[in-house]
Parts: sequence; structure tokens; C-alpha cells
Amino acid sequence: MYNAGKVIIFIVVLILFFTIPMWLNLGRVEAIPQPELPKDKTKCIESKEYMRAYHMKLLDDWRKQAIRENKHVYVAKDGEKHFVSLQKTCMKCHNNKEKFCDSCHNFVVTHPDCWNCHIAPEVAEKWQ
Amino acid sequence: MAIKRRDLLKLGGLTLIGTAASAAVGGVYTKPQEALKGSRWALAIDVVKCKENRATCGLKCVEVCHSLHNVPSIPDKKKEIKWIWEEKFEHAFPEHEANYYLNEKLHDTPFLLLCNHCDNPPCVRVCPTKATFKREDGIVMMDYHRCIGCRFCMAACPYGARSFNWIDPRPFIAKVNPEYPSRMKGVVEKCTLCYERIAEGKIPACVEACPAKAIVFGDLKNPNDEINKILKERIAIRRKEELTTYPSVFYLIG
Ligand code: SF4
Ligand code: SF4
Repeated sequence: MYNAGKVIIFIVVLILFFTIPMWLNLGRVEAIPQPELPKDKTKCIESKEYMRAYHMKLLDDWRKQAIRENKHVYVAKDGEKHFVSLQKTCMKCHNNKEKFCDSCHNFVVTHPDCWNCHIAPEVAEKWQ
Repeated sequence: MAIKRRDLLKLGGLTLIGTAASAAVGGVYTKPQEALKGSRWALAIDVVKCKENRATCGLKCVEVCHSLHNVPSIPDKKKEIKWIWEEKFEHAFPEHEANYYLNEKLHDTPFLLLCNHCDNPPCVRVCPTKATFKREDGIVMMDYHRCIGCRFCMAACPYGARSFNWIDPRPFIAKVNPEYPSRMKGVVEKCTLCYERIAEGKIPACVEACPAKAIVFGDLKNPNDEINKILKERIAIRRKEELTTYPSVFYLIG
């Protein structure tokens, strides 16, 4: 190969450059989100797996059912009834949006605009 | 071990079925048992009582409604947001001016104005996203999630019952109610007849707050409801009846 030495060095530099984020995070585990769960509660309205996979779908259903269908009660799989409300139900247990919702949402760079209108408990506290 | 095309497809199919099944296992939705039941909610505002008590009541209805629903107090009149407010008779009913001598006693009388939850609401007809719509119980709802801020509804409402958020309202909310959302810049808002309280079996906040009990809430379609008795006994007027929007807010003037 013509100029083999230079080409190989160039390739190595290029690889290093594109993997910078990997090197910078090497050995850092705290980058993986650890959402803080409510301290005094052991179960959510549905199973942990379901909530992990479908909380966004559930919340979307909630807003449609409450506002558009006038149905304000959610009967969970286990038969328990919950009042359909982000602020009156979800945030009563998950009372720290920063440590619960934001920790994952920031990690995956997803910024739902719920909080432009809905009021997180810590925001309400600062307000008073 | 190389995976065969056939196996891969099978796996893919299984995952799809799994996803569909687990997405469908969510719960079901119902109406709360304690919710008030009605087919056409309406308000009757006793203008006589309201006037008598106006000096001492401190407009409790407005205060309670606005603080409960995080309605901002924006001093700039052009950007103001209001759900329920007070207006003089001659401004609320300009068409009655022709009958000046007949209506003289009503002049300078305070009238509480709010969304009329019309039976035939023009605001609903023009909304391109169906963000505003009429519920089966007569409440004209606002779904802020869907409002795109085009303000067609404001142009269509003959009562000026809607307000547009020109700026972020949050800095203008002195005391927040953490159980109710605020709105954001770019959406239209108005009174929703306390649909969230009706779901919990409570009457609208303005009705509950009025110290003179000048506002009556009830179901027009229920013949036994107090509101129907009152409407039979008293003289009631509605705003701009000639437009055939059929308002659900009645003003008892005699
Ligand atoms: S008063 Fe205006 S906003 Fe309310 S329902 Fe009638 S037209 Fe719509
Ligand atoms: S009915 Fe509810 S939302 Fe409407 S003006 Fe009265 S308190 Fe406000």
C-alpha cells in the first residue's frame, strides 16, 4: 500500500475520534439512569414491566378517556380502581419528577411537553 | 450458529403477537360512581340576589373559580384571561338597549358572564382539530392537548367567552392549585363548568362559593330538578337568543 504508515495512523485517529463518547464514559456506571421509586409504595397501578413498557401509552389513554370520554376511573388488571389524573394520582406517589421521570427521559433525550401545563410536585412547592 | 431466515421470521411474528397482547392487557375505564348525572347541565343566575349582595360578597365566585383553575391575573387588558367575570347589563345585553324604558331598572346591574355552554355552539363547529367539543351532558369542553391556537373558536363565539394565552401564564398565577394544570402560551381557554368536580360528585365551584346562593346548577332534562322549577316560576333571559346558540346560562331578572 502506498504511504501505508500514514494511512494506518489516520485510520486509528479516526476510530479514536468517533469513539470519544465511549472512552469518556468508560467505567462510569452512573450514566445509566436509576429512577428513584416512591419510598412508601411497593406497587404501581399495573406491573412494573407493564409500566416500563407502556406508561406512555397508558398516560395517553388516560387523557383521552378523562377529557374526551368523560371516564374518570381506571380499573386495573387486578380490579383495583384508580382516579384518572396525572396530578391527583400518579404524582401523589411519584412525588419527585426530577428523580423519577426526568432521570430516564433525560438519558434517552425524550422531553414530553406534559409539564408545560401539568404541575410537578416540586414545582408546586417552590411556587407557594 | 447461523439463524435461518425461517426462524427469524417466526421470532419476529412471536414478538409482534407478544407486543400486541401486552399492550392490550391494560385495564378498562368507567365513570366514577359518585359523579353527578345529567343530560343537559345549566346554570340559573339570580340577578336580583346577586345585586343585593354584591356590596359584601367580594365576587367570591370569580375568586374561587380562578384560584381553583390556576387562571392567571394578567394586568394587561389585551392579554387578560377570564373564565367568569362581571359586566353591566347594558354591555352584556346590548340588544336590549332598544327597550331602554322597559329595562331601566336593570341598568348598572351586575351580570356574571361566563361560557354559556351553548346547546348549538358555534365555537365547536369551527374548531379544526375538535379540541373544543360538546359532551353528552351539554358541557362544552376544552381539550388543551389538541388546541393549536388558531382562535377560530374565539372568532365564532358571540359571547367573548374565550381567552387566548398570548404569554406564559405561570408567572401570573400567585397561588397555584397543584391538583389542576395551568395552561401554556398558544392555547385558548374558558370555563368548562367544573367537569373535574362533577366527576367527583361536586357542584361547580362558583355555585358552591356564592354566599347568597344566587347561582343554581341543575339538569334541564330532569323535570324534577330544582332548576326547572325556578325557570317555570321566574322570568329568565339568555344572552343573544336571536342567534339560536341556545345558551345554558339563564339570568333570573324577575
Ligand atoms: S358561549 Fe361561546 S365558547 Fe361557550 S359554548 Fe357558546 S359559543 Fe362556545
Ligand atoms: S362553572 Fe366552574 S369553571 Fe365555570 S365559571 Fe363556575 S367555577 Fe368556573
